[in-house]
Amino acid sequence: MKRSPILGVVGIVSLAVTLAIIAYATRLALVVAPVDALQGNIFRIIYYHVPTSMLSLLFPYVNLVASLFYLYWRRRDPLKALTADAVAISSAEVTVVYASICLWTGMLWGRVAWGIWWTWDARLTSMLLLWLLYVSYLMLRKLSSTGQTNTLAAVLSVFAGIDVPIVYMSIRWWRTQHPAPVFGGDGDSGLDPSMRPAFWMNLLGWAMWGIVILTFRYMLERRRQDDEQDELLRSIDPWSEPI
Amino acid sequence: MSYFGHVWSHLRKDLQLEWRSRDSINGMLFFSLLVVVVFSLAFDPTTAMSRQIAGGILWVALLFASITALNQAWTREQRNRVLEAQRMAPSPPSALFLGKALSNLIFVAIVEIVLAPLFAVFYNLHPLGQGWLLLLVMPLGTWALVCNGTFFAALGLRTRNRELLLPLILFPISIPALLGMINATTAILSGEFEPGLWIRLLVAYNIAFTTVCLLLFETILNAE
Repeated sequence: MKRSPILGVVGIVSLAVTLAIIAYATRLALVVAPVDALQGNIFRIIYYHVPTSMLSLLFPYVNLVASLFYLYWRRRDPLKALTADAVAISSAEVTVVYASICLWTGMLWGRVAWGIWWTWDARLTSMLLLWLLYVSYLMLRKLSSTGQTNTLAAVLSVFAGIDVPIVYMSIRWWRTQHPAPVFGGDGDSGLDPSMRPAFWMNLLGWAMWGIVILTFRYMLERRRQDDEQDELLRSIDPWSEPI
Repeated sequence: MSYFGHVWSHLRKDLQLEWRSRDSINGMLFFSLLVVVVFSLAFDPTTAMSRQIAGGILWVALLFASITALNQAWTREQRNRVLEAQRMAPSPPSALFLGKALSNLIFVAIVEIVLAPLFAVFYNLHPLGQGWLLLLVMPLGTWALVCNGTFFAALGLRTRNRELLLPLILFPISIPALLGMINATTAILSGEFEPGLWIRLLVAYNIAFTTVCLLLFETILNAE
């Protein structure tokens, strides 16, 4: 595989910029932003919890679009299909990581602020189900036999994509029917202006981090695909040159 | 032959095969009965709460029972390389899927017809809401489980740990349908709230996922 030196430089520069933004955002979040009047310092977890939640709702769509492209290109242009498949697996993994961070920071925050680790309200339950759906996607990837993995996973991704809005609506109806105790407003309902720079910088930083990680995973997956293609080619024709 | 002619052939084949051996139905029946008994021991049916939880227990029992049937449904096609013959046959692959899903629906429905009265006996149930709606909710809920279950059982056909994979993929996708069927059943049994919303959810879910399953079955049948 040709490795363009320009892209390599772009990659390193963007990684450096991302890390710089994250460092700055961390400083804003942990040092500069004021202490919350009601909750104290634990409130600072919002700068991690809300950005990762928002991002974990974005990457599933990347996965869905990539899977649809994969299914479209599968027979028409297999090389492009492999690219789409690499994006699909990368975005699924990033989704699971961000959803896990969202759930875990949420649980920690809830334990300190409300005294409970978990409650079955609409948002938490929907996030848990999103996490379950994409973990099941990764399990299918792991357990299916090679040659079929990509197609089966793409099909499951379409199912998951259709299921996400249905899950969201049904859980909301479920929870309005048996209303859980109200635990006060959300942390970002009317965020104080002095806290907003920290929030937006963290959102930007973690979004860029998600893209950087997705790109790295994408490159890893492309290299793995290339190795697999070379193996297959060699098993058919031992004298062939690697592509 | 028309599309429904193909579906009917596939359906008849499955029903005949099952009738001759009857192992799937017997296994499912006994398994559901055992699950109901275990749940009755775990959650005491004599308390006032029993009406609230009976719907949930019934559907969880049926969910586990249908998993056992669904795993076996496709193994029948793998013996003697029948599946390869199916892939080469000129009939549309979605007809194979529909025939198999309908046969699974019939098997699970037979289990339900036996199980539901037993359930009413164990839990001393009589519906406080509109009982006839159960005749609507039971088939809708069963189709939601069976349709997706048949599809995912086929999806996992050539994977390792095939039997483990089916529940892992099926349960997350089915959760909205499970919410719908459990809440609708509880609404009808307890009469405390309206089941209409949940029945509409089940109908929408069934329409959406039946369409997707029919459209995508050919893709996974010829996945290599």
